[in-house]
Amino acid sequence: MANAALNRKFDRIRAREEAGQNTTRSGGRAMRKLLSNPLAVAGLVIFTIILLASIFAPLLTPHDPQKIDLRAMLQSPSAEHWFGTDRTGRDVFARILYGGRVSILVGLGSALIAAVIGVGIGAYTGYRGGWVDAVAMRVSEVFMSFPQIILVLLLVAIVGQSLLNLIVIFVLTGWGGMYRMSRARMLSLREEEYVQALQSFGIPTLKICYKHILPNAMGPIMVNITLTTAMFILAEAGLSFLGLGVPLSIPTWGNILNVAKDIRVLENNWWMWLPVGTVISLFVLSVNFIGDGLRDSTDPTLQG
Amino acid sequence: MSDLALSVDDLQTFFYTNRRCNKAVNGVSFEIRKGKTLGIVGESGCGKSAMASSIMQLLTRLSRIEGGAITYHSDRGDIRIDQLDRDGAEMRAIRGEEIAMIFQDPMTALNPVYTVGYQIGEALRYHTDLDAPARRARVVELLSDMGIPLPEKRADEFPHQFSGGMRQRAMIAMAMSCNPKILIADEPTTALDVTIQAQIFTLMNKLKEENGTAIMLITHDMGVIAELADDVAVMYMGNIVEAGTVDDVLRRPRHPYTRGLLDSIPVLGRGRDQEIKSIRGATPDAYDRPTGCQFAPRCDFATDACKVMPDEDTLSETHRVRCHHVRKVAENA
Amino acid sequence: MPEPILKLRDLKTYFPVRAGVFKTVVGHVKAVDGVDLDVLRGEVLGLVGESGCGKTTLGKSILQLVRPTDGAVIYDNNGAEVELRGLSDDQLVPYRKQLQIVFQDPHSSLNPSFTIFGSLEDPLKQYGVKSKAERRRIIGDLLEAVNMRREYMDRYPHEFSGGQRQRIGIARALCVGPEIVVCDEAVSALDVSVQAQVLKLLMDLKVERNLTYVFITHDLSVTEYLCDRIAVMYLGRIVELGDTADIYADTLHPYTEALLSAIPVADLDRKSKRIVLEGDVPSPVNPPSGCPFHPRCPKAVARCSTDVPELKRHTRNGRDHFAACHLVDDDAP
Repeated sequence: MANAALNRKFDRIRAREEAGQNTTRSGGRAMRKLLSNPLAVAGLVIFTIILLASIFAPLLTPHDPQKIDLRAMLQSPSAEHWFGTDRTGRDVFARILYGGRVSILVGLGSALIAAVIGVGIGAYTGYRGGWVDAVAMRVSEVFMSFPQIILVLLLVAIVGQSLLNLIVIFVLTGWGGMYRMSRARMLSLREEEYVQALQSFGIPTLKICYKHILPNAMGPIMVNITLTTAMFILAEAGLSFLGLGVPLSIPTWGNILNVAKDIRVLENNWWMWLPVGTVISLFVLSVNFIGDGLRDSTDPTLQG
Repeated sequence: MSDLALSVDDLQTFFYTNRRCNKAVNGVSFEIRKGKTLGIVGESGCGKSAMASSIMQLLTRLSRIEGGAITYHSDRGDIRIDQLDRDGAEMRAIRGEEIAMIFQDPMTALNPVYTVGYQIGEALRYHTDLDAPARRARVVELLSDMGIPLPEKRADEFPHQFSGGMRQRAMIAMAMSCNPKILIADEPTTALDVTIQAQIFTLMNKLKEENGTAIMLITHDMGVIAELADDVAVMYMGNIVEAGTVDDVLRRPRHPYTRGLLDSIPVLGRGRDQEIKSIRGATPDAYDRPTGCQFAPRCDFATDACKVMPDEDTLSETHRVRCHHVRKVAENA
Repeated sequence: MPEPILKLRDLKTYFPVRAGVFKTVVGHVKAVDGVDLDVLRGEVLGLVGESGCGKTTLGKSILQLVRPTDGAVIYDNNGAEVELRGLSDDQLVPYRKQLQIVFQDPHSSLNPSFTIFGSLEDPLKQYGVKSKAERRRIIGDLLEAVNMRREYMDRYPHEFSGGQRQRIGIARALCVGPEIVVCDEAVSALDVSVQAQVLKLLMDLKVERNLTYVFITHDLSVTEYLCDRIAVMYLGRIVELGDTADIYADTLHPYTEALLSAIPVADLDRKSKRIVLEGDVPSPVNPPSGCPFHPRCPKAVARCSTDVPELKRHTRNGRDHFAACHLVDDDAP
């Protein structure tokens, strides 16, 4: 049965234990578990490669992503232009690298701001309970029920397209999720006895809530931030693809993908959309793998 | 040997979590006599629950029976439980029908989405040939035997509608449904109030007398042992350090740990001036055990000889101890 | 005759039960239902009862961790009496210093993300210990007072055993120098051999620091050893109150009798007839009419189901002994 492999593993552990070679590295368990998860490790590797490539873009390509070169339009990949050029002669590879900066910034930035707002409110209202909590819940539900695309359309129509608008919309629609999650954690943590001990000393509510309880909720919050980042990057790509996101002048992965709306480009100029699409997919996939790995490794109920 | 229900011989069960090997049960031997109650007493970490799980072959995925023999003396002959496949047909036939178990926390041991009657009936459905009306009759009969009022109504209720004491009775009903030869009770009353505990004790004694069930009662409470047990085995960090009849162990404790345990509990009726002596130190970390006798670091009688695990000393036909200094302990009584 | 340091007058703590779409209040959990009690300076007062009797809620109501619904909690602050129930959180701060609590569960009573120093620092800061060096000194002294090493203050809770964590909890309760400490099942979750250590520590500290304890527990064996007076609670009311020796030797209330007889005692020579109560411990949402105990009381008469008995003072052996039972004669010698 499947027990044979398990039995061998047990034999190895026992032998090591009896030879006195085992030590419990405290605190290492989460890290070790994460690193022994092949998908999580693959995710970490891919994520790091793409991230570093974007950061060090100037070192990796001599081309300017904005530079229009009408003599070199729609060229397929070559030694000069690794991923070819687009309709106005801009180097696709450079655009992907520099575009990554904006996409990752939007994704991560929005996720972090949404987290600060969501966790900040959720921790406090979850701890206080009562009418404060009820009001906050209703407010969050209102925000969460707005479909993102409608909001984007609205804002674009009124104020025009911009990077800032996009971040604002992501934060507005995204803080609700973080809020609910941190509120839920707070509801269970506030019943812990150390909280009552702090209350018995008359320690102020804000201090108890943010200094003492919140650190214990950080595990799931961190996981949620990684997954939210991935979600926002995809959202930005989708919106920019539709032409509703970041203005076309600033390269982002979604923007670059925008050209694939044209069926002729899809058929004839694969280098303009396939590499970008692959990079987006790989990046989001890698972040998801890392998030899953983090969740598994920090969950104390999972054995091993 | 015909009056034995179960024999355990040098059982070893190890747990493998976090890449470490925890020798939770490290060479344990005892017998359960038919129709008698064996009390296994020990504190947290001593391995008593691991032992119960081993006998029922209900160990977690990351653990295994490392060695030794568990022999169930059934009507059909002796069966080596440790050799049976955990999920095999033979073990599943034994589990529930011939050896049954009741757990500590009745709330989590019962499935909240099925009625109590359904859950008790499941054991009957699997182990007997009774048809549905016969099963229903038997379920109601069981609930009534366990002292639950209005059993026909109660059989169709859910666990959350039962109180703690009633849930525990329902679990006992489930365990007794197929008239097992052996009942393993793992801290059955720890989560219950004292007045409810008393009810459960009366019930368990009645079952023992009426059905001849052998009971293996696991507890940390010496008072419960005095009330219910015929035989006692005291466990510490994976070994049985003393075993005998309840008379032997409670009146003439010969192991320093047993002695220390009995001296450290306030006994009802002895008043404010009773002397309570605490055992110094604390139980060692499961992964960082001392060599030889596990109790040595906390023992007032320890010497260098204790760096070797003592063999079992037979003090009388019923009374066994695992200690190098039995004589000194006896003199210090 | 010591003076009362704490006076509870007709204390009531009710929790609303809400149901329906609009969360209307349909009833109340009467956790504490009219308690009159004096806690004398320097005594160890035991508060005993089973689950649902309200003893934990009473302990927390005294400390205003749970706000009582009605009645008075009067604290004697060096001659000046202060009514605590009416004070706001800010007004309570100076008195919180004097009333502290030790919790039951060693696993959740310390913040896992903070070192011991971190956990104990904020209370000290709250009460004016401004310099970090001073705080480290105080915490170090406290740890030594509970028989632990100073260096342990820089470790995390998960590095300690249950007994050690409980001792840290005691150190925390003492860190600002209280007069009254409520011990809420402080030893119930510990191994038996560790319980004795912690009980002795509590008694030593009481003598050293002139403390008054309210010792909440369900274990009547421990209270016989530890307490000066005992109050027995049932469904939110005190049913019996008196000196420890009197409660055990001259029990007045039928519930206390049944409780005492139900306790499993680790003494084979103790032969007492066990009173087994029928039925379950009732829920405080729907207390029975009249005497709350009458449905289970073996001695109940007609009057018990209609009239609520008051906690009446009786004199036994020249001492006060209170009981809430219609059947107790006044002033037997």
